[in-house]
Amino acid sequence: MKMSALSRRLWCTLALCLSAASWGVFAQTAGPAKVRVGVEGNYPPFSRLGTDGKLSGFDIDIALAVCDRLKAECQLVQQEWDGMIPALAARKFDLIVASMTITEERKKAVDFSDPYYDVPSRFVARSGAFKHHTAADFKGKKIIVLRNSPRAKYLAERYKDSEVLLVNKETDVYLELAAGRGDVGFGSSVVSSEAFLKRPEGRGFAQVGATVRLDGGAGGVGIAMRKGEDALRERVNAALKGLRADGTYKRLADKYFDFDISGAQ
Amino acid sequence: MDWPVISQNLPAFGQGLVMCLKLLVISLATGFVLSVPLAIARISAHRALAWPVWAFTYVVRGTPLLVQVFIVYYGLAQFQAVRESIAWPLLREAWFCAWLAFSINTTAYTTEIFAGALKATPAGEVEAARAYGLSGWTLYRRILLPSALRRALPQYGNEVVGLMHATSIASTVTLVDVTRVARDVYANHLLPVEAFATAAVIYFALTFLMVGGFKVLEHRFLRHLKPQQAVQR
Amino acid sequence: MLHGYGPAILGGLWVTLSAAGLSLAVACLFGLAGAAAKLSGARGLRWLAEAYTTVIRGLPDLVLMLLIFYGGQIALNALAQRQGWDYIDVPPFAAGVLTLGFIYGAYLTETFRGAILAVPAGQTEAALAYGMRRWQVWRRIVLPQMVRHAIPGFANNWLVMVKATALVSIIGLDDMVHRANLASAATREPFTFFMLIAVIYLSITTLSLAALAWLERRYSLGVRKVSF
Repeated sequence: MKMSALSRRLWCTLALCLSAASWGVFAQTAGPAKVRVGVEGNYPPFSRLGTDGKLSGFDIDIALAVCDRLKAECQLVQQEWDGMIPALAARKFDLIVASMTITEERKKAVDFSDPYYDVPSRFVARSGAFKHHTAADFKGKKIIVLRNSPRAKYLAERYKDSEVLLVNKETDVYLELAAGRGDVGFGSSVVSSEAFLKRPEGRGFAQVGATVRLDGGAGGVGIAMRKGEDALRERVNAALKGLRADGTYKRLADKYFDFDISGAQ
Repeated sequence: MDWPVISQNLPAFGQGLVMCLKLLVISLATGFVLSVPLAIARISAHRALAWPVWAFTYVVRGTPLLVQVFIVYYGLAQFQAVRESIAWPLLREAWFCAWLAFSINTTAYTTEIFAGALKATPAGEVEAARAYGLSGWTLYRRILLPSALRRALPQYGNEVVGLMHATSIASTVTLVDVTRVARDVYANHLLPVEAFATAAVIYFALTFLMVGGFKVLEHRFLRHLKPQQAVQR
Repeated sequence: MLHGYGPAILGGLWVTLSAAGLSLAVACLFGLAGAAAKLSGARGLRWLAEAYTTVIRGLPDLVLMLLIFYGGQIALNALAQRQGWDYIDVPPFAAGVLTLGFIYGAYLTETFRGAILAVPAGQTEAALAYGMRRWQVWRRIVLPQMVRHAIPGFANNWLVMVKATALVSIIGLDDMVHRANLASAATREPFTFFMLIAVIYLSITTLSLAALAWLERRYSLGVRKVSF
């Protein structure tokens, strides 16, 4: 089959059209009317993914409420915690609403809005295993904590005689604790009760000692965005203030918590 | 290219490399020791011996290593019976689970390699051995196994390099190997090229050394199979 | 027994199969191009293809995937910013398929190169003597005969690639392994779900082996077989 000049031109045009079409599929415009928000989907009760594939939780509600205030269409993008900040940097989304604690270290990579909630941390272990949570109590024991987090840094500074098992997501802390791969878990007080202590697998486990407040700049969790997006930050902060002012925040929080989660002093 | 980030993380990469090599060596040793008897069983004329081994290698080679690692690490811990057994102090350790999964995997592949080499033994070698009166275990020990192991060397070399690459999967079950260090550097500094290129250079250097090492072994042990040089007159 | 996650896993199976299939297609393109480059007369092309196969085959799949995926994203974003375009969003499926295809293209390069070399040189000579142009020789004579020799290596690569799609779940592809992870986290029964997907992978392997055996028989029609 000899290819005539005509059919050769037709093939070339087809190839060009295909590449143009595929380019169109990839390139999209990020106008001000749409805001993509990165969420985790695995941090109950702040975000969870149901069997029907729907996201729900406090973080989700806050994200939708903020978008509403920004008069923008919200697109929730589910992202594994492990790659949350890199995905933001790679422009997969514009905001992170995933209970990200505001820390000095993270501020080097991203900008934060004002905090939208603040809860303490707690140690969880088998009931009666430990009386208190001093460094002496946990000497030689294995503490499970989320990798690259302010809690991991807290342990590294104060519990030098303990072994630390780093996991990739917060719910894995309780997974490994229940499996007996560590002696004590260290995580958010709310998540530990919601995802573990209140559930059947958490039977026989309890908090150790009093709740812990991490010091040094860990002033609650905020909404993260790429560095330099000051206009966006202003708008998000205004939105958060608005939510608190007109009672939307309290209404959303009361759905999940019977105590004041806002961390207002 | 942010060189300071690379240089300050080199000690961590070094420790990851040590972990990778430790896991590799113990998995290879276990795999080698187990696969020799299994290979002999695999080519046996008795179906009761050959068939279970075939089923084992078929199942293990037909499923991804990542899934095998997850079954051993996450799956086994699900059962109360396992958590209360005497093996639990070992099974709760991530390195033990990784060793177990990698050993099973490499045993399956190595068994097939050795079985193939045994099956391909030149008929003349076996005839000559029998003519000498060798049989049974002596036949295997003196003639068949040395011959087969030598001829399996190139493919076994590939398997060893493949297993070294596969150790990067250990990073998915909390073990801190080279890949995990690279991912941490990326997460902390947002520099993917620096982080993963460093890991890539380390793995590439290891591959290069291993391939070179096997070439040396082949040169020594497979000299009898090299094409003969024409005699100079 | 599956607590309602059966459909989710099957959905993941579809993603796994389509990812593997498309990756194979992409890998074939890279493989043919690489083999052609390695066998070409231009030294630069040969060197490039040699570097491609050596580097890719010298690194673990997981590290390559992480490097290409994250590095590629940053590079693409930098390019977009410099050109003044709006952001380019590459969906994980496309990224995974391109990455896997690129990686296994290196292995297929060697397979195709060996297969092309196995076609007797006399075939090419005769075709050229007939006055066919280079690409006609390639398309009409070399490629059809090359397929028969490439099938064992091709089969091997397909089987390895199906298993390698499991690793793409680590860069975020919502495939069978990812769904099994979600299901086991929700139901606390990891053994059930990982065993289930292991059985599914084994079925894919078995069916593939049967299909590839048929393909080999089909392409070997007319070839005299030696019997001992």
